[in-house]
Amino acid sequence: MSAPATENSRTPAADGARIGVITFPGSLDDVDAQRAVRRVGAEAVALWHGDHDLHGVDAVIVPGGFSYGDYLRCGAIAKFSPVMTELVEAAGKGLPVLGICNGFQVLCEAGLLPGALTRNAGLHFVCRDQWLQVENTTSLWTTRYEPGAELLIPVKHGEGSYMADRATLDELEGEGRVLLRYVDGNPNGSARDIAGITDARGRVAGLMPHPEHAIDPLTGPTDDGLGMFLSALDALVAA
Amino acid sequence: MARVVVDVMPKQEILDPQGQAVAGALPRLGFEGVSEVRQGKHFELEVADSVDDETLAKIAETMLANPVIEDWTVRRVDS
Repeated sequence: MSAPATENSRTPAADGARIGVITFPGSLDDVDAQRAVRRVGAEAVALWHGDHDLHGVDAVIVPGGFSYGDYLRCGAIAKFSPVMTELVEAAGKGLPVLGICNGFQVLCEAGLLPGALTRNAGLHFVCRDQWLQVENTTSLWTTRYEPGAELLIPVKHGEGSYMADRATLDELEGEGRVLLRYVDGNPNGSARDIAGITDARGRVAGLMPHPEHAIDPLTGPTDDGLGMFLSALDALVAA
Repeated sequence: MARVVVDVMPKQEILDPQGQAVAGALPRLGFEGVSEVRQGKHFELEVADSVDDETLAKIAETMLANPVIEDWTVRRVDS
């Protein structure tokens, strides 16, 4: 991974990129996601769940937390919010989207990504620093990583067990759409140790671990998460 | 008005750790002979007579259940 830009040394080219971060009632990690966006030199744009437009942003992050209290199922209520209607349409036209933890659950519920996240196999809420292996380095969100690189990034969830039918899993594997896999122990029993996936175009991605909590060794285990935000920025600046 | 019951269950091939935990606890409490428990959700809806079965199915499929991991049934009951 290349050296990260700091908040005080923005590259001029990055100044034009605007990345939206959605806040639902019950979102928790929207502030950290905004901070990660600023850290790589992009502008963070706050999007509200009731918004009927995306304010012209170049990409959107759906953050972690417990949107709508996780009532019914994680992400089940959020998918009907006005901003998600806009997001589904924009993602269909190619807008880059990253769903983190609850955001991943929301993207699956909304049909932007296949499969679903279910209760952790051990039933416990798991909160720990987790080793991951990078599988896909061609998606818009992972180009900054080396193939096979191992990352240490926090996980914190009770319903993070990725499930899909066998045909879907085989399709994901066959098309190289598994972004990240858990190594040194699977925290939730997910199918084939999957921690994150992408859509067929490599523009909409979701993962259970929290890259936005690993952007600074002062406050996280590593800065391994920065690569996801830098990858997106590379694509947005080049566009 | 009609009362409509929607039952939502995890698909058979989906791991149900909550059901397993209940099944595992029963022998510890002295209840023998229960070999499997699967845990789902039960919804009771008060519905206007104008709401047809097709609409009820859509409610179940798009909102109350996630068809990726859950099966659902809808039935009208006497209230």
